[in-house]
Amino acid sequence: MNVSTILIILLIGAFATYFSGDKLASKVALLFSLAALGCSVVLLNNYNAGVNISVICNWITQPKIAFALNADGLGLAMVLLTLALTPIIIFSSFGNEYKNAKSFYGLILFMAFAMTGTFLAADGLLYYIFWELALIPIYFIALIWGNGDADERRKAVVKFFIYTLAGSLFMLTAFIYLSQKANGSFLIEDLYKLELSSCEQFWIFLAFFFAYAIKIPIIPFHTWQANVYQKAPTVGTMLLSGIMLKMGLYSVIRWQLPIAPLAAKEYLYIFIGLGIAGVIYGSIVALRQKDLKKLLAYSSLAHVGLIAAGSYTLTLDGLRGAVLQMIAHGFVVVGLFYAAEVIFRRFETRNISELGGIRTQAPKFTSMFLILVLASVALPGTFNFVGEFTVLYSLSQINIWFAILGGTTIILGAYYMLRMFQHVMLGETNSKTFADVTLNEGISFAVIIAVLLFFGFYSKPITDLITPSLETILNVINKN
Amino acid sequence: MNTLIAITGLGVFCLLFEILNFRKGIVPFTILGLLGVLALNFYEFGSTESYYYNMITVSKFSTAFSSLFVILTIFLVALSHNFYENHQTKISDFIAIKIFLLAGAVAMVSFGNLAMFFLGIEILSIALYVLAASERLNLKSNEAGMKYFLMGSFASGIILFGICLIYGAMGSFDVVEISEFSLSAELPIWFPIGMILVTIGMLFKIAAVPFHFWAPDVYEGSPALTTALMSTLAKVVAIATLFKLISGLNLIPSLENQDHLHTFENIIVIISIASMTVGNIMALRQVNVKRMLAFSGISHAGFMLMTFLTVAASAGVLLYYTAAYALAGIAAFSVILYVCKNQHNEDITNFHGLGKTNPLLAAILTGSLLSMAGIPIFSGFFAKLFLFNQTIQAGHIILVIVAVINSIISVGYYFKLILAMYSKEPNEERTGKPFLIYAVAVVSITLNIVLGLFPSLVLDLLN
Repeated sequence: MNVSTILIILLIGAFATYFSGDKLASKVALLFSLAALGCSVVLLNNYNAGVNISVICNWITQPKIAFALNADGLGLAMVLLTLALTPIIIFSSFGNEYKNAKSFYGLILFMAFAMTGTFLAADGLLYYIFWELALIPIYFIALIWGNGDADERRKAVVKFFIYTLAGSLFMLTAFIYLSQKANGSFLIEDLYKLELSSCEQFWIFLAFFFAYAIKIPIIPFHTWQANVYQKAPTVGTMLLSGIMLKMGLYSVIRWQLPIAPLAAKEYLYIFIGLGIAGVIYGSIVALRQKDLKKLLAYSSLAHVGLIAAGSYTLTLDGLRGAVLQMIAHGFVVVGLFYAAEVIFRRFETRNISELGGIRTQAPKFTSMFLILVLASVALPGTFNFVGEFTVLYSLSQINIWFAILGGTTIILGAYYMLRMFQHVMLGETNSKTFADVTLNEGISFAVIIAVLLFFGFYSKPITDLITPSLETILNVINKN
Repeated sequence: MNTLIAITGLGVFCLLFEILNFRKGIVPFTILGLLGVLALNFYEFGSTESYYYNMITVSKFSTAFSSLFVILTIFLVALSHNFYENHQTKISDFIAIKIFLLAGAVAMVSFGNLAMFFLGIEILSIALYVLAASERLNLKSNEAGMKYFLMGSFASGIILFGICLIYGAMGSFDVVEISEFSLSAELPIWFPIGMILVTIGMLFKIAAVPFHFWAPDVYEGSPALTTALMSTLAKVVAIATLFKLISGLNLIPSLENQDHLHTFENIIVIISIASMTVGNIMALRQVNVKRMLAFSGISHAGFMLMTFLTVAASAGVLLYYTAAYALAGIAAFSVILYVCKNQHNEDITNFHGLGKTNPLLAAILTGSLLSMAGIPIFSGFFAKLFLFNQTIQAGHIILVIVAVINSIISVGYYFKLILAMYSKEPNEERTGKPFLIYAVAVVSITLNIVLGLFPSLVLDLLN
């Protein structure tokens, strides 16, 4: 058994879901996503036992493109994140009715397929194909099942699509250029071995940066984000914020830094600065938001800015913190958006000023929401604390001011998140009644919270998994 | 050669069917006949022979492209059944003309003599003039036919003039002889001038900027099926022929000898950039889908012209690109034919809500547009990838960057149509599920995806 099994399960799952009809679709999708998760856990065990679970075989002869999937610790960690979140996301949607559910759930599984492929691909072109494939399903999910005014939604989604496509086409050009240098090979090992001049590296770095900065998003390429998060159905928002933007962050570590290390070192301050700018900008804008989903979108912008800054430090701590925080943020943001969805199901509004007084009616929901809010502001004991603290530590090694400015994410984050919590959950009782969480909703929250707390106290398994592969990448970065 | 004879024979049969009053069977019969031709063509693949004093030379290039043409014609003939439902009495004429057009197309890629080349062009063009004007009670169709005829014959004249100059310089119409002479050190200036005139004429047929002005009007005015034919088959034929002409006459080495290669490359780069940019920017503003695809075709012509920068190595890439483009085009047009049947125009409003009323066809149209926009896993993506790869190898990175920017622009108008299908409310229900249209749409998009999954199948054919 190797990693392609996961991809096959997800792809078959996508088609099976589509053909199972509207009534069964959600259950079939859940079943297949759980199967994929189970498969990945088995593979993880094999990997830890030292079994080779990578695949490589030729696909296209001229130019030479290989079907190469490489599973190392970093890739597996991201795959596990994807596959753990997918069933949660699917399960969380059980309370909603979707028109044409078979296409909806089929697209979700197809997107999981493409994202898993992105995290595993070890051939530049294969990686690019998966990267682009992930874009198609989310486009349709946001367009067809989104909420709000149709015209505005259309604008937001098209802007998102053209933005991301534009970025990735520059990346494609960079890949073609690199393969010319590597005698026509797109394999990641061959690209790592390249000795490029610093001028070449600068342009390659920039081309990659366009693709990733738009996806992550890093300031000033973030303008698509808040609107799409708000307009997309919550499932789409979860997929985008929980997994898809991690594709960008992961790619920075996997592709951008090792291929163009000289440029990364030379312009270190600029790129860390952009990440930090995202932190401050996102936090300040989040303070002013009235829409719950938009607030979460901007807080997400702040958090990923910090993660990006961490990866651009080019230190082991920075990379490790970035990966840990990616995983932690993936879980917490899915939980928070789900909480917003739970509120929307009952009150049919996301406007913070119209909410309030939920605590007295729904104590269970309130406590779960509180844990998620505290996790998102990196309270010690949660997984986010581990990630965020490691990143801030690595920033302080570069320059103490970066750490201080980056630290505002915690201070400002605490301020706007707790203020939001106060407005939404406490205060005067809203005239409408708020039923407490149902069993289904409770299970989703419980799983997320369990993960956040478990790794908050005991992050060693993940650290052990990712550290060797991050060290390998750092060796490539520091080879000359 | 056998292919050409078989095609012509099939065309004559089609005419005979009219006399024998066997109209009902004509579409299946022709499709079967064309499948036979395809098999014959596969059988011929790999052989290199010449017939009738080098008038026709069969090569890998000619058989590979002929197979593509035959496949496209099969699709177009299959679509005819539904399209000409209201013109039952004329159906055999229309189909026979399409078959003769195919004969012209095959002659154009397998010529061994410039006389045969010109004959092929004229057979193809005259068939197209007739088809453009074939809706004889429709003013727009008449206008399209007339416009196309006037402009097309002008271009043919220029080509003929160019051939005369080449003959004056080389003393021969024979491709092999000309290609040998063209490598000699001392060449009369008439040879490059003649080649330029022929190229201009062919660029007109391809509809590359600045020779594109006829295309939007003619595409819009012609009956939809003819537009499908022009934007897929005719365009592919013209670009393959020009490619064969430039590579077959050894134009590139000859220009290199004369130190004019740089000028030639600059011209190709400029025309290619102009075609894709103008085509894309004009397409953004169109509301008529046929017109939009006409402009998109102009921009694709610009992409295809990029292969001319690496003539020696890019025959396979050109074959792949044209196959990907034409298959996507056929899939798109079969949906357009279905949607716009019995409508007075092909405006984008007709497509509103197709995603709800007919999810299958909407998905197919989406797929074909994504392929044209160059999104993986559709073959359009790989076509662009191989093209860019080839062009960067030749050192034209600026051209590739412009092409990339154009790919981004093109998403704008392709997605306009996708948005209309999925995010607008349907305005009317369409009934009936014409089997052949569905079959053509499904088969062509499937072929497109198969090409995307296994690009080597086609790409390595011409190596």
